[in-house]
Amino acid sequence: MSVVIDDETIDYVSILAKLDLNEAEKEQAKKDMSRMLDYIDQLNELDTTGVEPMSHVFAVQNVFREDVVTNGDESEAMLANAPAEKQNMFKVPRTVE
Amino acid sequence: MSILQLSATELSDRIRSGEIKVTETLDAVFGVIEAKESLLHCYVTLDREKAYQKAALVQRRIDAGELTGPLAGVPFAIKDNLCTQGTRTTCSSKILENFVPAYNAEAVTRLEAAGAVIIGKTNMDEFAMGSTTETSYYGVTRNPHGTDHVPGGSSGGSAAAVAAGECFAALGSDTGGSIRQPASFCGVVGMKPTYGTVSRYGLIAYGSSLDQIGPLTKNVRDCAAVLETIAAHDPKDSTSVARQDTDFTVGLDQDVRGLKIGIPRDYFGEGLDGEVAAAVRKAADVLEVRGAVLEEFDLSLVDYAIPAYYTIASAEASSNLERFDGVKYGYRTGNYEELHQMYKKTRSEGFGPEVKRRILLGSFVLSSGYYDAYYLKALRVKALIKKAFNQAFQRYDCILGPVAPTTAPRLGESLADPIKMYLGDIYTIAVNLAGLPAISVPCGMDAGGLPIGVQLIGDCYQEKKLLRAARQLEAGLGRKDGQGLTDGSEFGEVCHETV
Repeated sequence: MSVVIDDETIDYVSILAKLDLNEAEKEQAKKDMSRMLDYIDQLNELDTTGVEPMSHVFAVQNVFREDVVTNGDESEAMLANAPAEKQNMFKVPRTVE
Repeated sequence: MSILQLSATELSDRIRSGEIKVTETLDAVFGVIEAKESLLHCYVTLDREKAYQKAALVQRRIDAGELTGPLAGVPFAIKDNLCTQGTRTTCSSKILENFVPAYNAEAVTRLEAAGAVIIGKTNMDEFAMGSTTETSYYGVTRNPHGTDHVPGGSSGGSAAAVAAGECFAALGSDTGGSIRQPASFCGVVGMKPTYGTVSRYGLIAYGSSLDQIGPLTKNVRDCAAVLETIAAHDPKDSTSVARQDTDFTVGLDQDVRGLKIGIPRDYFGEGLDGEVAAAVRKAADVLEVRGAVLEEFDLSLVDYAIPAYYTIASAEASSNLERFDGVKYGYRTGNYEELHQMYKKTRSEGFGPEVKRRILLGSFVLSSGYYDAYYLKALRVKALIKKAFNQAFQRYDCILGPVAPTTAPRLGESLADPIKMYLGDIYTIAVNLAGLPAISVPCGMDAGGLPIGVQLIGDCYQEKKLLRAARQLEAGLGRKDGQGLTDGSEFGEVCHETV
């Protein structure tokens, strides 16, 4: 069931991945992904009918806690890493006209 | 005996007895760093000044009798995907080139509370994606045993730093073999604990269901001491397990009489180098002589672990790495007009090729129309792999096999063919899918003088069995405590080969 990775698929996936690929990168990505998916396709040799997908190896339940603040105000320390900030907030390009 | 020949725990014993000062150990380690680091490049960031400040503090607390543990005063290196408060943490990526965490990873907090002195952050494959440390944005690390060879990866800087004597012990992280394989390539001990044993709080996530933090050390005793120090239940990591049996140094010297060891035939098939196979079999014989019972068996499904892993790990990576968008921390592109363009340009300029490859693959296998066929299929195969291990552990206390099919490849040989590189993870990767503990122990050298490691895999929560067997193996192979590549003259010869 080999999937053909065409330009349309790569364009769609790069939107999902939020990556801008130039033409050379796009061609490489098409090649790499096709090869990798061909390789992954060998999983279809295994019959997994009736096998539940295992997302966690232990039978752990959701872990809940009370929603209380335990740390102090660290906004200044956090914002110290921001590429741009203004009035104690992260600054991003205008999104609403 | 020179300070550098001591193991971490031997060093701490002498520091606590007053024989050696903490600053003397730093003098020794920074002496090695000055001699070797420009060639080896184990570290992305070194913080000498801060290390000496901490050393003074630790010395005072040792003198006051407040620090009595086996790691007090020991100089440590930390893989650069573990957050260190006030010290740059890059994940060896351009996108985090200026990121200075406001908090420590829990494992780092626990080490520092035990009196360890952190001297720097080690090089790695970018976001831990790679097997050679060559995908680092900050340049390659060289293997101290042969400087035209890779140290392995992704925790290559940590393994090389321990092997070269540029620290006494290090932390790494293991998502598909990233502690065990570099440990094997660099001739040090490396352990990946049972999933949930060490808190992942402050570990910059790659594949969250697979990632575990663990020690890289000169010997098994150090490994047990480090693991004991960093293992603890942590409410800040919801996958953290509340274990009672984390006293890993207790019973370490017990013999292995009657220990049942399974040797998977399918780990000795095509692709395994002859010298590696011979050294690993010799290691098995050592354990047999000491009373372990060996039996060959078929583990099955070995070939399917890699495709299942790359599907799951890439899927998780594509989700985990969404957070790097140039808003909250790290690199932001200099040239943008609107928000989405800023995200895309920031990420495209900030991530390297291997990271982009895995994000794209992960985005694809999670996308509508392919989710069932790829992602869920891989999770179903993961369940089968877990079952195969469960069956094996009904019969055996542990499984013994190679860590990697070969010794360390030459620099520049691996990245051209990703699938070939991924195949190098064949013996380590299933362990992460099944959440198991496993340890890599040095067991020989190839004809070129490159180290070979043997892997012991245990059932969940059976680290003590592994450490015990590893300790016996080490004793049987005649490796002495603290024996590592720490002697200057020895290194001189190694250098000579390539200069």
